[in-house]
This record gives sequence, structure tokens and C-alpha cells, in this order.
Amino acid sequence: MSKDNQILEEFTSKEYEHGWSVNYEVDEAPIGLNEEIIKWISAKKEEPTWLLEWRLKAFRTWQEMQEPEWANVTYPKVDFQKLRYYSAPKQQKKAKSLEEVDPELLAIYERLGISMNEQKRLQGIAVDAVLDSVSVATTFKGTLAKLGIIFCSFSEAVKEHPELIKKYLGSVVPMTDNYYAALNSAVFSDGSFCYIPKGVRCPMELSTYFRINAANTGQFERTLIVAEDDAYVSYLEGCTAPQRDENQLHAAVVEIYAATNAEVKYSTVQNWFPGDKEGKGGIYNFVTKRGICAGDNSKISWTQVETGSAVTWKYPSCILKGDNSIGEFYSVAVTNNYQQADTGTKMIHIGKNTKSRIVSKGISAGKSQNSYRGQVQVMKRATNARNFSQCDSLLMGDRCGAHTFPYIDINNPTAKVEHEATTSKIGEDQIFYCNQRGIATEDAVALIVNGYAKEVLNQLPMEFAVEAQKLLALTLEGSVG
Amino acid sequence: MLSIKNLHASIEGTPILRGINLEVKAGEVHAIMGPNGSGKSTLASVLAGREEYEVTEGEVTFKGKDLLDLAPEDRAREGVFLAFQYPVEIPGVSSTNFLRTAVNQVREYRGLEALDAVKFLSLMKEKMKLVEIDQKLLSRALNEGFSGGEKKRNEIFQMAMLEPSLSILDETDSGLDIDALRIVSNGVNQLKSADNATIVVTHYQRLLDYIVPDYVHVLYKGRIVKSGTKELALELEEKGYDWIKEEVDSAATV
Ligand SMILES: Nc1ncnc2c1ncn2[C@@H]1O[C@H](COP(=O)(O)OP(=O)(O)OP(=O)(O)O)[C@@H](O)[C@H]1O
Ligand SMILES: [Mg+2]
Repeated sequence: MSKDNQILEEFTSKEYEHGWSVNYEVDEAPIGLNEEIIKWISAKKEEPTWLLEWRLKAFRTWQEMQEPEWANVTYPKVDFQKLRYYSAPKQQKKAKSLEEVDPELLAIYERLGISMNEQKRLQGIAVDAVLDSVSVATTFKGTLAKLGIIFCSFSEAVKEHPELIKKYLGSVVPMTDNYYAALNSAVFSDGSFCYIPKGVRCPMELSTYFRINAANTGQFERTLIVAEDDAYVSYLEGCTAPQRDENQLHAAVVEIYAATNAEVKYSTVQNWFPGDKEGKGGIYNFVTKRGICAGDNSKISWTQVETGSAVTWKYPSCILKGDNSIGEFYSVAVTNNYQQADTGTKMIHIGKNTKSRIVSKGISAGKSQNSYRGQVQVMKRATNARNFSQCDSLLMGDRCGAHTFPYIDINNPTAKVEHEATTSKIGEDQIFYCNQRGIATEDAVALIVNGYAKEVLNQLPMEFAVEAQKLLALTLEGSVG
Repeated sequence: MLSIKNLHASIEGTPILRGINLEVKAGEVHAIMGPNGSGKSTLASVLAGREEYEVTEGEVTFKGKDLLDLAPEDRAREGVFLAFQYPVEIPGVSSTNFLRTAVNQVREYRGLEALDAVKFLSLMKEKMKLVEIDQKLLSRALNEGFSGGEKKRNEIFQMAMLEPSLSILDETDSGLDIDALRIVSNGVNQLKSADNATIVVTHYQRLLDYIVPDYVHVLYKGRIVKSGTKELALELEEKGYDWIKEEVDSAATV
């Protein structure tokens, strides 16, 4: 074994920090999936009939669909009949305000470093906390309401703002879009809803923190963000799960709608349990995220830092329908041990003068596989469409893999599409150089990796950027020397 | 300060250093010269702790400690500094950020408090003057796209920041223009004290006009085959290495 590998071995040893779980009384659906279960969930959530019908339609479609196999990932198939589709902490009564939320539940978030105390929160971030299948608390609702901004759990939105949900649900990601989106549409439990009215710039970051606690339970959340004309919002999403031997399924759907001149920034720091060093356990993260720049001059920007999950299948996309609209995708995906990630984006240029920018930074260590899959499509009507894609891969060690699958489909001769790709190995030279200046190897790796991912990390809001940097270092701790 | 005894080192089974002996005392400047491929950079790398090189024989003590027993970062923290012949680029990491990490890790090792941003910046300002390095260069990614000369100057700037007790400058003069050579040498001279020592590896007598050595050694085929004072460098400049090679090679065949 070369020195390099030996050092790699030592470095790949960090335990997952959020692997603990908590016992609380739960309200849960029976295991298995059929129409009765869907009715059970819908009833539990006291949903209107139209939504139940919508779910059932999605379920029937899903039953006819095949699980996709084109992604560069291999994993034992999920037995959908062995999962539980709803699990929620039992709360004595419905919490009307933060003060009424069970302190034990809030303590879970405190332990994850997410303070739900509005006084203690850093100013400028409102949080919706989703535990297993339900939202347990949302902060700063009052402050936001004064501006006409709606930020609440999805369930609440169904009750309070049915007209908005009816209008936008499934409008960007149709229920039949793909296998996991259809499944999500049938069984989704909770998630966040934000609505920024015309002309309002949301003064604080909105964020949802997802935590899976229950065993054998899939998490199927749905997020819907609507920015009306001239509105602006920056939205953050974080997630963790306990360490469990079996794989858990997470199949979320995120839809973003941007009207004329609206801008939505969506940032994710994904840190689901990645499985242990032997590749046992971990989350299957099969997520559909898509935004539509419906109005002219609108902009949607996705930033993701993917460090967790055993298997990731995720392609946050932009439909650039409005003229002059802009789509961006900034991604850092790190895989270590036996993790597999197949992630990238789709940029669909429909309007004139639409622009898209893709910056993808893959980092693979251990025996992991990391694939970038991206599609740039320029439709007939999209005169002067521009795309720039930069896909870099960084390898640590020689037992991991990095792959790039760019698809380009151009139907208008005025389009300009540029694609650049690089693959590099984290250099022993670089590490030695740092060592020679007195920097320990782990810190050297953290420096080098953060430098490599800088362009993406720079897109994150300050507070998150620092977190993300630490997370990158932590994920790779133990992977080079 | 530094004592090298019968040092042998090889890379991938090929012996490169074949019995180096060298004593360096505090306050001294030693120049190491020698033809290409004679093992000068190898010696520097072995002292700095590069893991590809296997030390097969001999010992090295530095300030009373067994240097070869220390990890590369600990050698640096103990005060060994190597100005690289070919400094590497680290994309996305600013020199400032890099140096702050380095300086604070060295300080921590030495039981000193970490420097906060303000103190660190004022230290930087002070040292920047020494080698007349531009602030703009330091806010860029470390060595990325730096010209050859800029890289070398940055090495000496880092040396100034880290205040080592033993500095090994591996061909720091190559790639420097005439003015830069003077500036960098000036910097090195100002950093010189009775408590630290410098080893300069060079091919050119010109550098030694600026950084005046107490001793000059000639390395050839992995051994120091001749030592002298600064006059030796002048002699080499004039006559080249052939006469030394002949001396050594004929002695070897006897
Ligand atoms: N990986 C390797 N395998 C075999 N030989 C090597 C390896 N690395 C270095 N060498 C050899 O070791 C010898 C010494 O190299 P070194 O870089 O120390 O020379 P140098 O004296 O610094 O030369 P220069 O004046 O050109 O900088 C050279 O012959 C070189 O080719
Ligand atoms: Mg050399």
C-alpha cells in the first residue's frame, strides 16, 4: 500500500456528528403503502378533498412507473411496502405559537445547533423546523407577516392559503414528473411554504431545517416558494438524520416560482447520515428540485453543498421561460467511504436572451463515486441563449471515482454554450507545502478543499458558508494525509 | 543548531544522498552549490521531512532534537523553513488566509497565543516592507498564476512571517530579476541574527555577493566533496565543476 493510501485510510475515520436519536411519543401510520395509507395521511392532516384526490391520482400514476436506473449509482432496491409514510411527534395540543411548542422538541434543534429562540437567533434568519413528517415550529412568522410574507409549514398553508397552494402545487414539478416526484406527491407529509408578495424584498433569510428521527420512516417533504413580481427571497435548507444500520428514504420535492423581475436564491447544506465506513446504512436522497423563471428578467439561483447521504440523486433545475431570465447552479458535492452521488442540473432555455451558469465542484474520497450530470437545452425560440458550465472534479486517493455526463441540446443557432471540465488530484505537493509551513495535514486538506470549492461557498449566506466549510472538512477528515 | 551525520537517503530504491556530513551553527550562512542533479534539493526535502524520501542511514539533530523523528509540520514549528525551488500553487486559498493558519499553528505549538486579525495584519504589513511585496499579490490565491519571481519573493515573505531558526533557500535567486534579487537578499540579510542560520542553495556566485556565506560546500553525487569559504564560490564561477568532478571520480576509481 502506498504512503498515500495509508494516509487516506487513516483520514477516513470521522464519525457522523449528528448520529444520535431521541425517544418521544409518536403518531404514526401503519407500515406499508396503499390507497388506505394515503387516505390515512390526508385525514390526519385534515386535508380538503381536492388534495386527497390529487394525492391518489399521483399514487395511481406512480404505481405504473418504473424506478429510474440511468443514474450512476447502485444500491439495493427500496421495498416501498416496508416503509412507514408518516411519523410525527405527539404534541398535546396544536401549538399556536413558539411558546406552546413542546420544549423537548425544540431541544432537538438546539442540540443540532439550530436555536428556535427568536431572541437568541442571529437576526436575519427565520426557521421552519421539520421533524420526521411534520413541521414543529416556525420562527419570526409575525415579523414576516407584517410585510405580507407567508412563511409557514406546508400543512398550515393548505389550511390557511388553499388558493395559493391550489394554484402552484405541482405547477413546476408535475406529479407525474418522475418516479420519486410521483411518490412524493402521493405521500408528502409536510415542508415549508413561502410566499413573497409583489415588490417585497424579504429582509431575512428563510430557512427550513429537516431532521429525520424515526426509524424505518421515509421523509417526503415538499417545499413551495413563490416570489411575485419584483420580489426577492433567499432561502436555506439544512438536514441531518440519526445513524442507523438500515437505509432510509428521503424523497423531497421543491418547487420555485419566480414572476417578472423576481429573484429567488435557494441554498442547501445537505448533511444526511452518509452510512458508516463500511457503507452500511445511510439516507437515500432522491430529490426533485426545480424552479421556473416564469416572468421576464427573473432569476433563480441554486447553491448546494452536498456532504451527506449514502446515495444522492438530485438535479436542481431551472426553466428559463421569461425573456432575459437567469438560472444558476452552484454545487459542491463531497463523497467519502462508500457514498455515491449523481447530481447536477438542467437548464432549459425557452425565453430570449436567457442565461445560465453552472459551477459544479465534485470531491471524491475513499471508495466513493461522484458523478456530475447536467443538461443544457436551448429551445427554438430562445434566441441568444447563453450557458457557461464549469465542472471540476477533485480526487483524493485512487479508489474513488469522478464522472461527468454533460448533455447539450441546442435548437437555436444563436445559442452560445461553453463547457469546461477539469479533474485533479489533491496533491501531495500541496499538502507537503502546507506541512512545511507548520500546518497539520487535516487543516491542510481543509484549506485546499475549501479553496477548491470557494466559488460555490461564496454564494452561500455568510453564516452558512462558515458551517459549510466546517462540514466539508469534517466529511473529509480522515481522507488524506 | 543543525548537525547532519553520514546522511543517506534514497527515492524509490535509488540512493540519492550518500553520506552527507554538515554542521551549521547559529549565526552562520552556508552556501551549497553543485551540478544539476547532485542532490541539493533532495537534501533540502529530506531535512524538511518529505515522505517520498527514505532515510537509509545517518542522523540529523536540530537544536538537540532528532529531526528525522519529527513530522514535517513539527519540523516547521520547531523552526525549519524551506523556501521551495518550485513553490506549488494552491487555488482558491489566499496567501493571507494560508499564512494566518500557518502562523497560528506554529504559535500554538510554541505555546503562544493565536494572533487575532488585527495583530496578524499589522505583522503582515511590517514584513511586507521587508521584501517589498505588494498587498495585491497576497490577496490572490497562493502562488496561483504568480510569475516565477513573484513566487520566490512570496517564499521569502513567508519566511519573514514565520521567523524560522533555520532557513533553507533552494535556488531562491533563480527567476528573480536584478532588482528583485537585491530586494530579496536584503530581506534575508535583515532577518539574519545571531540566533538563526541560513543554508542557501544556488548555482550563482552573484547571489553570494549579496548574501555573504561563511562556508561554501560543493555537493556532487550525493556527497559534500569540497568545502571552503566564499572564495570557493568565486573559483567555481571561474572554473566550473569539471575539476572537482575529475578529482572525485578519479579518487573513486582508484
Ligand atoms: N522519483 C525519483 N526517482 C528517481 N530519481 C529521482 C527521483 N526524484 C529525484 N530523482 C533524482 O535525484 C537526483 C537529485 O535530484 P535533486 O533535485 O536533489 O538535484 P539538485 O541538486 O537539486 O539539482 P538542480 O540543481 O537541477 O536543482 C536527480 O538525479 C534526480 O533525477
Ligand atoms: Mg534543486
